[in-house]
Amino acid sequence: MGEVVVRTTDLVKQYGEGEASVRALNGVSCEIFDGEYLSIVGPSGSGKSTFFNMIGGLDRPSEGSVFINSVDIAQLTPKELAFLRCHTIGYIFQTFNLITVRTALENVTLPMLFAGTSPDEADEKGMKLLDLVGLGHRYHHRPSELSGGQQQRVAIARALANSPAIILADEPTGNLDLKTGQEIIDLLRKLNQEQGVTVIAATHDHKMLGVSDRIFHISDGKLDRVETQTPATH
Amino acid sequence: MRASDVRNTDPPFWVAWHQARASIRVRFWRQAITAAGVALGIAFFSSMQVLQAAEGKGADAAAVSRNQWLVATSLVMCLVGITNSMLMSVTERFREIGTMKCLGASDTFVVKVYFLESLQLGLLGSVVGSVFGAGLMAMATRAMGQPAPPSAVGAVMGFGTVLGLVLTVVAAIFPAIQAARMPAAAALRVEV
Repeated sequence: MGEVVVRTTDLVKQYGEGEASVRALNGVSCEIFDGEYLSIVGPSGSGKSTFFNMIGGLDRPSEGSVFINSVDIAQLTPKELAFLRCHTIGYIFQTFNLITVRTALENVTLPMLFAGTSPDEADEKGMKLLDLVGLGHRYHHRPSELSGGQQQRVAIARALANSPAIILADEPTGNLDLKTGQEIIDLLRKLNQEQGVTVIAATHDHKMLGVSDRIFHISDGKLDRVETQTPATH
Repeated sequence: MRASDVRNTDPPFWVAWHQARASIRVRFWRQAITAAGVALGIAFFSSMQVLQAAEGKGADAAAVSRNQWLVATSLVMCLVGITNSMLMSVTERFREIGTMKCLGASDTFVVKVYFLESLQLGLLGSVVGSVFGAGLMAMATRAMGQPAPPSAVGAVMGFGTVLGLVLTVVAAIFPAIQAARMPAAAALRVEV
């Protein structure tokens, strides 16, 4: 296995104060390696989303620490955190979350502009990424003119924009039909194998679990079980 | 990564400008209503100023102060109206704001987009409002045989535009702060 990209130590997240407080996470320690395809599963209310937000740099722990690329995210200012998200992590959402008012290409180039890339360079790389996900010919379309599967492809291209170390996917197939969902899973797997991107996905989808290298089972705020498997090739 | 590695991650100004323009275009009618609110308030203000200029020193002092109160009240209502509609647009766009933050937008960028949006609406509304308000009242005073001096009408138009801009920018302060405070994790919320 490769180097560690994400490491958590005794991660605790508590919401609220005193008697009304809820421990969403209760001491999770784990390591996620470079280039792996990891799925996180757990029933709703298990702390899965909280864990996912923590390793994605979207929320800060109450106790313990999260290291992303050996940076302790609790030590970062909001601006540094924005920088980390921009450069190190690509996000894919269940609801696609393309910026509705911008075209496919503008969506893909936006993170590059945030990272300080020049517009020409960003456009060029954006077109390459759209070609990579098979949507080069629809670059000037707005999200409302694209199907769900196409929107998710644009979102994947956008997630790759700044060549991140990690791609975080929150139920990426949750709003798609079976066939389109399968295509998205295949695309993510392909990117994982060919480009060596680490993929971390929160999912319920059995097909998604089937291609994973490892599966984290979260329940009651703890990392209950880690399943290692040889992913099925299809 | 150390703190010294962190450069200024704010993209060039035109990125925020385009985002604001696109946001207005996509919600055109709603934004048009907001701009119309500004235009009406400023039109009322400008027409009253022109009327006062036309009446000159012969005006009834009590009537003038009553009018000033009316104008001030209408401007305050105008301000509250813009703030309200912008706040609604912030809560409605939680996912868009959260997503932009996930992509690396800083709080400053989000604030900038909101201010630019309100600035564009404010400019449109106050130019239209002051030109129509002052223009119509100038014609009306001429018809009544007591025309307002053209220089005064011009001055009112200029002042009305500036006032309208200031008003919309002030109205945008609170909504813009609200937008900047939106957590990046809001992008993951599924419920509408």
